[in-house]
Amino acid sequence: MDSSAARRELVIPGDVIETHGLKPGEGTYVEGGKVFASLLGIRSEHGGYVDVIPLTGRYIPRADDDVVGQVVDLGPSHWLVDINSPYPAPLHATESPWRVEFGETSHFMDVGDSLLARVISVDETKRVQITMRDQGLRRLTGGQIVEISYSKVPRVIGKSGSMISMIKSYTKTQAFVGQNGRIWVDGDPKDVIHAVRAVHMIDENAQAAGLTDAVEDYLAGAYGRKEG
Amino acid sequence: MVDVEPVEKEIQLLDANERRLDGRALDELRPIKIEAGVLRRADGSAHVEWGGNRVLAAVYGPREAHPRHLQDPARALVQCRYNMAPFSVSDRKRPGPDRRSVEISKVTSEAFSAVVFTEQFPRTSVDVFIEVLQADAGTRCAGITAAAVALADAGIPMRDLVTACASGKIAGKVALDLNKEEDNFGDADDRAADWGDRPLADGRPPHRRRVRPSDEALDRRHQADLRDAEGGAPPAVLHRGVR
Amino acid sequence: MSAEVISELMREHIVKLVASGKRADGRVPEEIRPLKIRKNYIGTAEGSARVNLGNTDVLVGVKISTGEPYPDTPRSGVLTTSCELVPLASPTFESGPPSPTAIELARVVDRGIRETKTVDMEKLVITPGEKVWVVFIDIHALDYDGNLFDAASYGTLAALSCAKMPGRMTGGADKPLPVDHWPVSITAAKIRNTIVFDAALDEERIADARLTVAIDENGDVRAMQKGLSGSFSYDEVRYVISTARRLGNELRRTIQA
Repeated sequence: MDSSAARRELVIPGDVIETHGLKPGEGTYVEGGKVFASLLGIRSEHGGYVDVIPLTGRYIPRADDDVVGQVVDLGPSHWLVDINSPYPAPLHATESPWRVEFGETSHFMDVGDSLLARVISVDETKRVQITMRDQGLRRLTGGQIVEISYSKVPRVIGKSGSMISMIKSYTKTQAFVGQNGRIWVDGDPKDVIHAVRAVHMIDENAQAAGLTDAVEDYLAGAYGRKEG
Repeated sequence: MVDVEPVEKEIQLLDANERRLDGRALDELRPIKIEAGVLRRADGSAHVEWGGNRVLAAVYGPREAHPRHLQDPARALVQCRYNMAPFSVSDRKRPGPDRRSVEISKVTSEAFSAVVFTEQFPRTSVDVFIEVLQADAGTRCAGITAAAVALADAGIPMRDLVTACASGKIAGKVALDLNKEEDNFGDADDRAADWGDRPLADGRPPHRRRVRPSDEALDRRHQADLRDAEGGAPPAVLHRGVR
Repeated sequence: MSAEVISELMREHIVKLVASGKRADGRVPEEIRPLKIRKNYIGTAEGSARVNLGNTDVLVGVKISTGEPYPDTPRSGVLTTSCELVPLASPTFESGPPSPTAIELARVVDRGIRETKTVDMEKLVITPGEKVWVVFIDIHALDYDGNLFDAASYGTLAALSCAKMPGRMTGGADKPLPVDHWPVSITAAKIRNTIVFDAALDEERIADARLTVAIDENGDVRAMQKGLSGSFSYDEVRYVISTARRLGNELRRTIQA
């Protein structure tokens, strides 16, 4: 990341990408021996590849992503979960934390309920499987969900989780950042408001320099102190 | 149309120095201003001012294609809808689609289907909505240009930004980006959508160069049309009307 | 219109928030979002206004031409209001003929204007029984973030107030459209037992009842529309009207400016 920071270059679809001997990665395509950007984004070099990191776009699920989902439909042995992507994800009763008898899915979760889940697999045609069978994955009660552009999720998390840790420590809230651009925050309502404002600040100013300081200034101002 | 016939002979569209009514050279565009990300609800959006045209485009998607039987298991559908606001023209246009807007929507959808990497999003649709707010000839071209920027703003992967420009003949000369008077009183008009360095369907192998709507692309469009006029290979013509 | 499933968690969150006198965007219950109006936005219209009410964005165009009066009102001009909720403005709007929502919106805006005699219809007569000015109001939603009713209504009033009757159609000079009254529309939303004004999208989606009041410059009610399946008590209606009277005066100045 640090080495590429010096060459942060904005590209648009169709721009020629100089590879400097690296392999063409995500957000690029090859035609006539040349590499082009297929997305609006930032040119980035990582692990021997040159990628275009998108600035915007819908969330496309990948295996092992943690997501915040919402039940939009149910069947006798599964729930259909919206994960903020073009592809709703079925959650089979066997992948839930409960022993669910056939036809009793609604006793555990109903349409409109929110949950934390993990993507198990995504096949060629983008059929998605998700699970709730792991620690911390559960049906959500209380709190609120903020939706941001999924491409800004890394900024909300920050380097090794530094940004979200700072928000949580100032506001004394619980938070779960879904890779799908949904962030669940729970705590005292007035603290939740500050946490949500901080997330919105990041969403709106994700490309700005000094973002961490700006967010910390906001939180320090709101709480009248600076964390050590 | 019949009652404008006598007027046609009266209006001089080109002066002795080949300057047009608005002072432009034959290959000169009207001023263009493009702004991306102007709408909140849409996944991507753009506003284009092009001469007296004002066009908004919004992109939603990729999203689940509805109705479900339309879904393509192998790729995304690109569905464009071109619409004119009732107040965008001098005589109020009745709201809703007419044959003209349906046709423009169809060819616009086809133009973008060719450049979007639709295979990356099977079973979805990418919906592009073009709203003409103020019309001054060349609205479909302004709309295509706005849609291209809105698609990029929505993070849709594609080969290139499609740009479009009308060309036509006035006083026997090929001219770019006709304005309203030229459109009404000129000899012919056509429109082409380009990406990279080639018209969409002229059959030449892709050969890449960045184009900016302001100069190179249209310079080349101009040549393409001259070639057309001289009986060469026709450029990608989205629509051709000869009065 | 395709409905979005509303998260129960968000519903509960907003209900709790408004019950404690707060709102998600930091407003107090009786607070209207910032209103920005750009008049004469569209050159091809005889009058127009682009309205931003918070993140809700509406463009209203007025087209004026000459035509025949209706046979039963020979001494009156013609005024019609239409609304297109184009799919550009929201993922829940669909293309096709105007939805019931769009028709209700157009009719509520129309009623506010008409019943206040905002435009003096008698002054629109050129030759009684033969030729009158015909005024088309077209409401075009661009970005839907709640309360299109009021945004469309402010846009309509602003567009009418800068509209010209085109002289080229009668062989005279352009004349301003006679706008004599300034009805201001205020919409209240009831969420469980709490009333908020100028609901944002998240609030509007969970509202149980909606009340739109058009208030004239004397503070009198000129039109009302109650929507959705919930109800307002007599006291709540009085509260909405009195609040609307207070809010309306300030908004009227913004629209007139």
